[in-house]
Amino acid sequence: MKALVWHGKEDIRCDTVTDPEIEHERDAIVKVTSCAICGSDLHLFHNFIPAMMPGDIMGHEMMGEVVEVGSGVNGKLKKGDRIVVPFTIICGECDQCRRGNFSVCETTNRNKKLADKIFGHTTAGLFGYTHITGGYPGGQAEYLRVPFADKTHIKIPDGVSDEQALFLGDIFPTGWQAAVQCDIEPTDAVAVWGCGPVGQMSLRSALLLGARQVIAIDNIPERLAMAEAGGAIVINFDEESVIERLNELTDGKGPDKCIDATGMESHITPAKPDTLLDRAKQMLMLESDRPHVLREIIYVCRPGGVISIPGVYSGFSDKIPLGALMNKGLTIRTGQTHVNRWTDDLLKRIEEGQIDPSFVITHTVPLEQGPEMYQVFRDKQDSCIKVVLRP
Amino acid sequence: MYFLSNIVRSAGDPKIIRSGPSLRTRTDRLAHALGWLGIGLGAIELFAPQRITRPLGMRGSEALVRVFGVREIFSGIMSLSVDKQAGLWSRVAGDGLDIAALLAQLRIGNPRKGNVSLALLMVGGIALLDYMAAQDLAAQSSSRVGRRRLYADRSGFPRGIEAARAGAKQLTSKRAALTAS
Repeated sequence: MKALVWHGKEDIRCDTVTDPEIEHERDAIVKVTSCAICGSDLHLFHNFIPAMMPGDIMGHEMMGEVVEVGSGVNGKLKKGDRIVVPFTIICGECDQCRRGNFSVCETTNRNKKLADKIFGHTTAGLFGYTHITGGYPGGQAEYLRVPFADKTHIKIPDGVSDEQALFLGDIFPTGWQAAVQCDIEPTDAVAVWGCGPVGQMSLRSALLLGARQVIAIDNIPERLAMAEAGGAIVINFDEESVIERLNELTDGKGPDKCIDATGMESHITPAKPDTLLDRAKQMLMLESDRPHVLREIIYVCRPGGVISIPGVYSGFSDKIPLGALMNKGLTIRTGQTHVNRWTDDLLKRIEEGQIDPSFVITHTVPLEQGPEMYQVFRDKQDSCIKVVLRP
Repeated sequence: MYFLSNIVRSAGDPKIIRSGPSLRTRTDRLAHALGWLGIGLGAIELFAPQRITRPLGMRGSEALVRVFGVREIFSGIMSLSVDKQAGLWSRVAGDGLDIAALLAQLRIGNPRKGNVSLALLMVGGIALLDYMAAQDLAAQSSSRVGRRRLYADRSGFPRGIEAARAGAKQLTSKRAALTAS
């Protein structure tokens, strides 16, 4: 089969690979019909996430049709079922899964010992990601083996198209969880840093959860235009001071709730010297992340406010203003997404027509064009916001 | 390399049969080679500056050569990173400094003038490669810019934003009623 394979920094190729095989009775094989390139795939593309290995298959946003099931799937899935595969692999049985904390499932990471060493305790196995989270082959491929398939799936009814359903596997529940974690009240101003796909989902989720005001921050005109279309007031940080404008919009109080949908690769600009220093340190491996956005959020967030971080951070960050964080009594909530905790509700909202996540798709191409689309997406060329690949 | 990494994969995981074309262009590979060259040369300048100063008749300038070594290493690391274009331009600037320092050694009293001329020739050649690679990378990225579109019609709310806000209001008042009861 064809698959997009990681060969090293900025080197993804469309390779011919062997087909995946059922290994365990709870496995299923899915024929992928649609998959997407996610912002966090770019961190892998740049080799900023440790423990990727040449030969790893990329992709953690995918859906398709079940073509084979193991004997232990117990009728939960059958051939021909149309499913979205969540990026977090879940057993559904461990203590964390029973609590709904699916992204920290205690069972599914097959490199648990490595994760225990690095994170202190293991987290769930993830598709198409680092070997710290199991190194499971991803879904930017024609076929995908889904471990623990009896639990790791979201069934999609026929009335919902691939485009509407695909993002239930990651960015939609990620944006939703980011907003839910903010405990939004009807009087709240919610600011979202980064108008990439997760930022777009976050700001729409904040609106659906009843925020009084949603503010979106970025410097790419098309992303800001899309955010504005979704009901946000926009701030272009190339044109105005984020802090001054946010204070102006919130009567000098600062936003009540802040969402960092940017993560470890904050924009680098001489106007913000800390971003240059972070980049230099990142290059010399003295710091793994560039947390400019997080610093700005801690500074501008209203005292007593909540900071929600759906953006990916990988390791170590410097110069985090813990003094401001502590004295302002801010709450930070973060984590990989507990996808299955939210998907029943979100699928219902899609079916009811409350939201259609396909708005974010700007490019749909065959799988073979995937490698070059990584560059297009990374460089924000051709007004690219979200790429869907068709195997 | 992926043959080695297959050790960590399970039996049912897909393995590469035939590799597709690499995303790395010739310029990317040149930038990579220049980056490693810079790191190697920089390490010699930093840790064994006399190996540079002696043949060029520059005894006493070891400190300067060490500083150049640090600069060379940093530019090299930058050329290997995702910001390779900035790395290559910093190498071009560094080449300028190298050439200026070497030209200063072409003074009449230097008995190693021949070596200095040779070094100038080498630095000039490398400077040309650095410049060409930096230019090619710039051209490479500008060739993919594409057309600019705005997405002002993409609300994501099939029933419109006002309906979404109204739905949210209903939800929050329901939530408030539940809390009150």
